Amino acid sequence: MSHPFGGSYSRLVPGFIQSIERAAAVLRLLGTTDRPLGLKEIAAALDLPPPTAHGIVRTLREVGFVEQDMETSRYQLGPGLRELRRGGWDHHDLRARAMNWADSLAGSTGLAVHLGVAVTRSVRLVHHVFRPDGSPQRIRTGEEQPLHATALGKCLLAFAPVATPQARELDLQRWTGRTCTTVPALEAHLAVARRRGWASDTGEYEPGVGGAAAPLRASGGIVVAAIGVVGPVEELFGLGGELRPWLLEQMVGAAREISAALVEGQ
Amino acid sequence: MTERVVAAIDQGTTSTRCLLFNRSGRMLAVAQREHRQHYPRPGLVEHDAAEIWRNVTRVVPAALRSAGLTPDNIVGLGIANQRETTLIWNRHTGVPLARAITWQDTRTDGIVARLAEDGHAPLIKEICGLPPATYFAGPRLRWLLDHVPGAREGAEAGEVLFGTMESWLIWWLTGGPDGGRHVSDVTNASRTMLMDVRTLEWSDELLDVLAVPRRMLPEIRPNAEVYGTCTAVLPGVPVAGALGDQQAALVGQACFSPGEIKCTYGTGAFLLMNTGPRLAESTHGLIPTVGYLLGDKPVYALEGAIAMTGSLVQWFRDSLGMIGTAAQIETLASSVPDNGGCYIVPAFSGLYSPRWHPDARGVMVGLTSFINRGHLARAVLEATGWQTREVIDAMNADSGVPVTRLKVDGGMTANHLLMQFVADVLDVPVERPLVSEAVSLGAAYAAGLAVGHWSDLEVLRSNWHRAAAWEPAMDAALRRREHENWGRAVSRSYDWVQTPAGD
Repeated sequence: MSHPFGGSYSRLVPGFIQSIERAAAVLRLLGTTDRPLGLKEIAAALDLPPPTAHGIVRTLREVGFVEQDMETSRYQLGPGLRELRRGGWDHHDLRARAMNWADSLAGSTGLAVHLGVAVTRSVRLVHHVFRPDGSPQRIRTGEEQPLHATALGKCLLAFAPVATPQARELDLQRWTGRTCTTVPALEAHLAVARRRGWASDTGEYEPGVGGAAAPLRASGGIVVAAIGVVGPVEELFGLGGELRPWLLEQMVGAAREISAALVEGQ
Repeated sequence: MTERVVAAIDQGTTSTRCLLFNRSGRMLAVAQREHRQHYPRPGLVEHDAAEIWRNVTRVVPAALRSAGLTPDNIVGLGIANQRETTLIWNRHTGVPLARAITWQDTRTDGIVARLAEDGHAPLIKEICGLPPATYFAGPRLRWLLDHVPGAREGAEAGEVLFGTMESWLIWWLTGGPDGGRHVSDVTNASRTMLMDVRTLEWSDELLDVLAVPRRMLPEIRPNAEVYGTCTAVLPGVPVAGALGDQQAALVGQACFSPGEIKCTYGTGAFLLMNTGPRLAESTHGLIPTVGYLLGDKPVYALEGAIAMTGSLVQWFRDSLGMIGTAAQIETLASSVPDNGGCYIVPAFSGLYSPRWHPDARGVMVGLTSFINRGHLARAVLEATGWQTREVIDAMNADSGVPVTRLKVDGGMTANHLLMQFVADVLDVPVERPLVSEAVSLGAAYAAGLAVGHWSDLEVLRSNWHRAAAWEPAMDAALRRREHENWGRAVSRSYDWVQTPAGD
């Protein structure tokens, strides 16, 4: 029997993974028509057993490459596929998805909240929520800050290695007495951040102003941004220099909710 | 200790959402589902009310799940809803007789024109405070009674009920055909053109003018009281608050003192100014309306309604395909330094406050070969800024006290380029509160007040915190020039539609 997508030849390639080939075929098939397709149609067109087709299409739906019409249960290409060629998340989409939870984080911690993305050699603030104490503050959205001296920046260096330069490629400018100005010192900070799952800044960019930041993960667990709280060092950290546990809990919780919102709508 | 939270349903124009709030007004969870927009013909916009109710039954459990809570944690449920969207349904089956006619629908232009021709306008304005307009629910109800088979007979026989969306949802939540309560609240009822805005009761005179049988109307109740107990969705939880979405935002923004003003940027944009116990007259195209009734006496408000703001961005996304998501309009607009001389006047269903030109339609002017997508994106956002400016100018003129800052909320406050532009053209600071979901928060506040979760308005006021502020930074000469250009663009949108009277 002739195979609808020429699998017999491909299978000679070492390391060939049949399910990936089949997933690609499902995507190609969905791409041939504007009409959403039912599971039976997909299985028949690709000559796959329906349970196999179901497993593939369900997995593709989970990762966002396929979407399912709720009313008809039929499948079509999903928004995640369009995103692939777009070169990452739109900054304003990130802000819109994060806003409610960023507000909630500022409300629960009483601290300012920053959301940042990596741009060439710095971190750009995509969103800023004021410290909710009525004090005069200026909106800092659009501002760029050094990667090596801020919690957001170090979080991105630690968790978004493709989007950020290597530590040794950075200009490790001294901003305060606490700034990491050597590659080994910065590498050590990043190693700690990777181990803990979040990064901190104990007054390394602005004297006395600290921060803590956690990564935001989109589909596939890829880190696309970081969210963090910013405030006086002594408010964030205890006497031993440890981040106050309840702050950590709130920050990690907000990061988790925003990540879920990023995955949900791709 | 069991966590005690308040649930809010925001039944909006494009989606239905459920949000949970803790005692300090912090959001704990949100779930949402969009519903279909039906456009049978130009100017007609309908919703399937059964779909909306189904969405409620899905988003509430979803919000609870995401917060890890059960109905036992919920002290009360409040509802905020798209206003003026009009529905009739069968009280025995719960089935709508037709799709709901939404607030953006202009099919009642003939009915409204005839009301004016027959000389009813002064009486209507005197009793309900509103000038006859296609915007309000009463003429839509008249249209349904005239056009839907069996509607009038059913209404006269007590079989058919009328409601705006809060009535529909409360009826279903409290039992539906099995003893569901048929109520409305003062703010939603104040937008029907059928309620006496001073007595807060249905007006027999206005019911006569629009030929509406009284039997089909819901009972008008205050904004914060226990209307009934949920039998569905949140069994045992009191349904304890309801407000039209814009009045809900007034409460959510804690605009409890006369002169305080908020603007909610959603599908449309709505500015409401608290005018205290006084029903203010407007000579500049604003609508006097009920702000809220939380205690013994109603608090009134002046309202400026802008029909198209978020919906213009949606059109830009869905009908023109210029952007993939609404938020991306900021990215596109940021690709150019200014509008390049292009202006868009989004009079898709006429112009609302303060100009009230029902026969205007949208225009795009200043097009040259220079104009690209980025300029169009700017023009889309700037239209929202200039329409806000026109309403603020009208409020300043009506109240005699210039607005010195504007509290904003709603989804479009995520657009910082827009918020900066609003501050620039108003020449006053624009402030966003920590909870930009002021509509839902207001509904939660009403329900929480009713069940004693919050003691008074002062507690709610102390929950308001500034989360962002945009300071005006536009050169005054540039502002003047752009304002004038906008005015010239608007004048080109006038007199496009010729209304066939008596339709």
